[in-house]
Amino acid sequence: MRTGLVITANALLEGDVIWVTSDNALTRDLSQAQVFTDRAEAEAALAEASARTGEIVGAYLADIRLTQEGPAPAHFREAFRTRGPSNYRHGKQAETGTTV
Amino acid sequence: MYRYSEFDHAFLAERNRQFRAQVARRIDGSLTEDEFRPLRLMNGLYLQLHAYMLRVAIPYGTLSAPQLRKLAEISERWDKGYGHFTTRQNIQFNWPKLPDVPDMLDALAEVGLHAIQTSGNTIRNVTSDHFAGAAADEIEDPRPYAELIRQWSTDHPEFQFLPRKFKIAITGSPNDRVVTRAHDIGLRMVARDGVPGFEVIVGGGLGRTPMIGQVIRDFLPVADLLPYLEAIVATYNLLGRRDNKYKARIKITVHETGIDTIREMVEARFAEIAPEFDQTATEATLDTLRAMFAPPPLNPRDSATYEAARARDRLFRAWADTNLTPHRVAGYAIVTISLKAHGQTPGDATAEQMRAVADLAERYGQDEIRVSHMQNLVLPHVALDDLPALYAALRAQGLATANVGLASDIIACPGMDYCALATARSIPVAQQIAALVGALDIEQELGPVQIKISGCINACGHHHVGDIGILGLDRAGVENYQITLGGNATEEARIGSRMGPGFAYDQIVPAIERLLVAYLELRLEPAETFAQTVKRLGLTPFKTALYETEAQDAA
Ligand code: HEM
Ligand code: SF4
Repeated sequence: MRTGLVITANALLEGDVIWVTSDNALTRDLSQAQVFTDRAEAEAALAEASARTGEIVGAYLADIRLTQEGPAPAHFREAFRTRGPSNYRHGKQAETGTTV
Repeated sequence: MYRYSEFDHAFLAERNRQFRAQVARRIDGSLTEDEFRPLRLMNGLYLQLHAYMLRVAIPYGTLSAPQLRKLAEISERWDKGYGHFTTRQNIQFNWPKLPDVPDMLDALAEVGLHAIQTSGNTIRNVTSDHFAGAAADEIEDPRPYAELIRQWSTDHPEFQFLPRKFKIAITGSPNDRVVTRAHDIGLRMVARDGVPGFEVIVGGGLGRTPMIGQVIRDFLPVADLLPYLEAIVATYNLLGRRDNKYKARIKITVHETGIDTIREMVEARFAEIAPEFDQTATEATLDTLRAMFAPPPLNPRDSATYEAARARDRLFRAWADTNLTPHRVAGYAIVTISLKAHGQTPGDATAEQMRAVADLAERYGQDEIRVSHMQNLVLPHVALDDLPALYAALRAQGLATANVGLASDIIACPGMDYCALATARSIPVAQQIAALVGALDIEQELGPVQIKISGCINACGHHHVGDIGILGLDRAGVENYQITLGGNATEEARIGSRMGPGFAYDQIVPAIERLLVAYLELRLEPAETFAQTVKRLGLTPFKTALYETEAQDAA
């Protein structure tokens, strides 16, 4: 299985989960995120993203698996972050129609 | 109820004005997150997994109807129409947006509420019995003492930089409903020759290193309360470890130094400082506070309507049997409103439910609502004859679940559905266990059993002191749940013992079912509770039920 890294954080104003795209935009959709396969490159990009303190909070690198459908979270915590809580249909699952 | 002085109102308004400016400066980029984080935490604002979270303090767990209505309004205007009541007598809003938070705080201040966490390594908000001022077993209302402690500790110059945060819990009755033995200092009121005093307990705490507090003074006259507390905190301030965050709580100091040495030091210090305290002034303050917390005048009431409803309505009777606690005044009861409907999120209430409870508190409950650390709401003063009408109104709101103290009255922390520190989910485990015992309809038969769930080692869900404790962990990238058995959260507090290996997310609910079924088979008679059976037999038969049956099923 091929793996990679994405840059993720929470948005400063809304507090919700975002990922960084290849043109340095912020996306609410993991499939739009830039995937790094080189750790050094990912860390350099993370340093740049972390400097965007007026837009995002707590940026870090998250592991993903590369699947037919695009990047998928490697860890269950990251999977929850793409959806929202399991007790209510709130958060991303409500906004984007992603199923649980 | 404690009434705000002009000073309190002005203080809150000023705090909110400052925080509004800080939020504006964070948004316009003049403050970095590192600069802003401590400021927002001081105002109860956390950044969680999916959103910000605002934690609002409910001092002494006491709310008026207008305050509860305001919480409902805030949840609708700036959140998703519900609030989450926690084991610390707080309410949390899970979805605020940063620019809205200053408006939310102003709305709270309109009814004298705030989100000031008194955060940091100081003496935190004192928690007290949710049945205070109403319970039949109470010696004295503990809230005037809690407020006295708050006034003494707030801005106390010596105690602003303690080695670690410091939590005090107080109960006015010998039956401990605030887990005094799991706090840095616990104060349990006892009477000696008819005179009230406190049993003083130090060094309790849960979290990473769970410990049960030990008695440092078995009877402290109430007039000596402040100098004695000061002597304890000063001793801790001297001995407490500042080199290691995980060893800094007083529980470690007590454990490492030994209770007898600590006691000698505290008593010596107490003898030294007691003369500096003005007992007459303390008595005068206490009298003022007692008047503020004075119980509502309750006229004697008949109970014929109540008795008739009991005889007639089986569901009402089941609810009354589980959700009522004896009141000190004849003809009245304390009503616990369960926020644990089977399959729902423990501790959540919708805006509509909050408004309904506020209305009911005004109509039947002397305008008072309490929040319990069990994540339920309480109407402390209801006439027995008003209960049938109250019950009908609660049923209409889905608030009449008859399960207080039973298997589905589960404490669960937010876990990985909300909390950024979590290692596993806790809410859906609670929902599934409650749905299961609801579907099997066995909880009346099971009797009292406390199930408590935490989503990480911080133990916000008190799992160590549950009859059954569940701790969610991350084992090699998979959720895994460890079970402890035999914990106790009362005056006989005990840390539960860990069973064997943990269970996967889809195995934990069947595992709990096996424990509950094993209990039904093992108990001597229906009157022997889950806790008593565990105490009598030890862990072995329960381990067998947990693990050997599983092996058979797999074979
Ligand atoms: C969701 C955000 C929360 C965060 C980030 C959080 C964080 C923490 C942390 C880090 C500790 C350990 C502190 C220490 O031992 O020094 C702690 C303890 C505690 N939390 Fe939370 N918590 C959260 C929510 C809650 C909720 C919802 C409740 C109530 C249901 C709660 C109740 C408690 C209690 C009672 C303790 C004390 C345990 C002890 O005796 O050590 N917390 N929390
Ligand atoms: S126990 Fe852990 S997961 Fe649960 S609320 Fe506390 S810090 Fe979060």
